[in-house]
Amino acid sequence: MSRRYDSRTTIFSPEGRLYQVEYAMEAIGHAGSCLGILASDGIVLAAEKRNTNKLLDEVSYSEKIYKLNEDMACSVAGITSDANVLTNELRLIAQRHLLQYQEPMPCEQIVSALCDIKQAYTQFGGKRPFGVSLLYMGWDRHYGFQLYQSDPSGNYGGWKATCIGNNSSAALSMLKQEYKEGKTTVKDALDLAIKVLSKTLDTTKLTSEKVEIATLTREKDVTKLRILPAPELETIIKKYEAEEAKAEAEKKKQEKPM
Amino acid sequence: MECIIGIQGKDFVVIATDTTAARSIVAMKADHDKSLQLSNTLVLAAVGDAGDVVNFSEYIAKNIQLYKMRNGYELSPHAAANFTRRNLAESLRSRTPYMVNMLMAGYDDQSGPVLYFMDYLASLVKVPFAAHGYGSFFSLGIMDRYYKSDISQDKAVEIMTKCIDEIQKRFIVNMPTFKVKVVNKSGVHSLPDILAKKA
Repeated sequence: MSRRYDSRTTIFSPEGRLYQVEYAMEAIGHAGSCLGILASDGIVLAAEKRNTNKLLDEVSYSEKIYKLNEDMACSVAGITSDANVLTNELRLIAQRHLLQYQEPMPCEQIVSALCDIKQAYTQFGGKRPFGVSLLYMGWDRHYGFQLYQSDPSGNYGGWKATCIGNNSSAALSMLKQEYKEGKTTVKDALDLAIKVLSKTLDTTKLTSEKVEIATLTREKDVTKLRILPAPELETIIKKYEAEEAKAEAEKKKQEKPM
Repeated sequence: MECIIGIQGKDFVVIATDTTAARSIVAMKADHDKSLQLSNTLVLAAVGDAGDVVNFSEYIAKNIQLYKMRNGYELSPHAAANFTRRNLAESLRSRTPYMVNMLMAGYDDQSGPVLYFMDYLASLVKVPFAAHGYGSFFSLGIMDRYYKSDISQDKAVEIMTKCIDEIQKRFIVNMPTFKVKVVNKSGVHSLPDILAKKA
């Protein structure tokens, strides 16, 4: 009879809410944050790495940013094992399209196809929803560079800059303030990503071990996904710290004459 | 016994289809259109088993329309041709394969004008000119001789007329009239029928 109880996972509460979906979203609120910024010449995706035990063996490619096809990559916040299932599904969806049309799948179609799967788990009984939110960055011939976000309920949307995971609302309001529409380049976006992350992460000081950043750009009609190596991250962080120290000094100088 | 011909130029593709609907030894209709518009800038000319041709090309046309409704943009000619090929390849390996030979002519801002040749064995080739049916035996040589990649539309129609005249002259079966369509940046347009020169 366990079926009777399991199937409740997808039944409305008297207040008209789906608790399991809300709990799944709650789980994401505790996960490492991910941040995406759309620039005029590309996209930046940044993810917080939580597993920074020095005994942990290094992974070959990247930990939090997954390449989906030639034109797309995503990062995840939530239950990692669930995320692995979903990224695998995403890659399959993209390859199926490529096989049928011999052309890469447009970004929104991939996102929408995955969200159909996610939505099914909020409606059909006996299963729990995926505890994963994703940020997708990609390029297609129809709409150029695009940034999408999806959540466990199966909702998705396109964004200019967004954040998921731990402390995401603080990061989001920072992005809202600092994002300059149409005037952001990938370089600016990288600086902004570091700034937002270092101000919103729980840790006092941002280091290259705690964050993973990827950029997606177009070079000679080919999409290029690049995971930033640690030394490059260090330089951006150092640059940010120097600027911050300068601003701090300026502030103190202004306070003194008072 | 049917024939379709296609020629791709610098900024257009023209296709000509014969207009005879025949069954066994009887010509039942002399003004039959064997091409079908799939989208704004995509047209399909198909010959083969009578029922299969209609069934298969309508299935493809409707799926291409569905894609447009779902996504808000059209399938590129390249994607549409490969989609058609895949469906044909799957059909070929089923118990009831479609016996359809096709030419697909399209225009796309990114790829320009394109002409695809596809047969019932689901081979797909992008070509500058092509023909299906017995008519191809008489027309490919003519197109080979006169075709140039920067050909004008009038010249392409002229070459087609040469082919059709030759078919009418040498082929034992009568194919006096061809319907002509041109695909370019602005869409699919009908041109006047080509009538074969009286022998």
